[in-house]
Amino acid sequence: MFDKYMICEEGFGNVVEDGQVVGFTFLARLPYYRGIGLSMVEDIGVVIDGEPVSRQDVRFTVRGRTWTLDEMETEYTERWNFGEKAAVTVRRPNGLAPGRHRLQLSERVRVSYLPFVPTTRDAKELDIPA
Amino acid sequence: MSTYDIKRGVSLYSYQEEYFLRQKSLEDLIKVSAEMGAKGIELISEQTFPGYPNPLDPSVYDNWHALMAKYGTTPVCHDFMLDYKKYKDRPMPFEEQVASCKVDIDHAARLGCPYTRALVSIDPNVLVACADYAESRNVRILIEVHAPLHFDHPWIIRHAEAFEKSGSDYLGFLPDMGMFLFAFPPVWKEKFIRDGVPQHIADYICKAYEDRVLSEYVILEVEKMGGVGPAIGMATTLRHNAAFEPKRMLDHMDRIWNIHAKFYEMTEDLVEPSIPYDEIIRVLKQGGYKGYICSEYEGNRWIQDAFPVDSIEQVRRQQEMFKKLIGEPQAAVSAA
Repeated sequence: MFDKYMICEEGFGNVVEDGQVVGFTFLARLPYYRGIGLSMVEDIGVVIDGEPVSRQDVRFTVRGRTWTLDEMETEYTERWNFGEKAAVTVRRPNGLAPGRHRLQLSERVRVSYLPFVPTTRDAKELDIPA
Repeated sequence: MSTYDIKRGVSLYSYQEEYFLRQKSLEDLIKVSAEMGAKGIELISEQTFPGYPNPLDPSVYDNWHALMAKYGTTPVCHDFMLDYKKYKDRPMPFEEQVASCKVDIDHAARLGCPYTRALVSIDPNVLVACADYAESRNVRILIEVHAPLHFDHPWIIRHAEAFEKSGSDYLGFLPDMGMFLFAFPPVWKEKFIRDGVPQHIADYICKAYEDRVLSEYVILEVEKMGGVGPAIGMATTLRHNAAFEPKRMLDHMDRIWNIHAKFYEMTEDLVEPSIPYDEIIRVLKQGGYKGYICSEYEGNRWIQDAFPVDSIEQVRRQQEMFKKLIGEPQAAVSAA
């Protein structure tokens, strides 16, 4: 459910720190009918222009706090709320070139009552402004 | 002769599409529900209230009660989740599960809900351990009997036995009408076809469902037909759904206190093509059901890839159907 809403249309761009482009970022939502604690988000997979991103290079930010995916697994208080837009950032020297890019996102969430751990996917073509 | 008093309500789960997209506010949803005469309100607090089950600001509760008063609606049920898989590397200890349920019981009480919904996979011993606490807060815990489980399944019988043994009047059932799926829902079939299932395989699966063929045989047959990927996925839905009989509720009427009126589609002529609501309402009348029947629209996920979703119109149609089936305006008459 909500698969096509996982990647938001807005919020795609490069990340600049101290004058250097250190990666790219986009806004993402949880494909689920409720919010969930961050410890139950098992993976956020990103593929950019066909190239898989390393798990270690992904950061997750909501309401001003940022976690690595490994840190999220032991975050037992903070949540990714229903319909909430989180910033997913990929550490990548020089970020992405201006122009159109194909972004693929997969989210794996451990849901207590399900007899499997679902992975849900979305893909969109988005532009980095020149 | 038993009397019944079937009241109309709605679970805000029904409006998840519009709430997810921030197209409708909580007040909008309460308002439209009241306008339909669905005066009982059920909710999944982890959907409705950002941050829950972390402590909420008191203003959240004040606002909730102000909305109930403004629109003449009644809180019915807070559906809780209990994330017992919170820890990846270990199970949640029993006492922590009990403590988690007590947070939900307190929350239900603050919302004014007489019921709180427990998911079907929860250990009955956890619920029994909460019964006295639930009684102290005057909140009844209802396990949701949901497909593929049903009232004759050993897991549900175990719950029923545990409830009886506890002697508590604060443990009961909340059946989800999706377990009485008598036909393969057209919106499911159309979605699977859009996902690539060949028409003849989709037709076969629907026919096999209507013929009540065991799911494992259907999956094998679809494999033999050359079905892969989404075709196997479509066949596999038969493992999780079945046409159990509404009359199986009759043995448990003394502990059925709320109902999820699950539906996938309401047509313009007010029909749910896959769930037999005429038979369901007949059984509830026969059993003297006194409580709410809460709309639970779950069609959005089956159409949102290709069509606009109008959850409010879908719920409105189901409520219109209920008006006719329940036979308003009389509130209670003798059952046949």
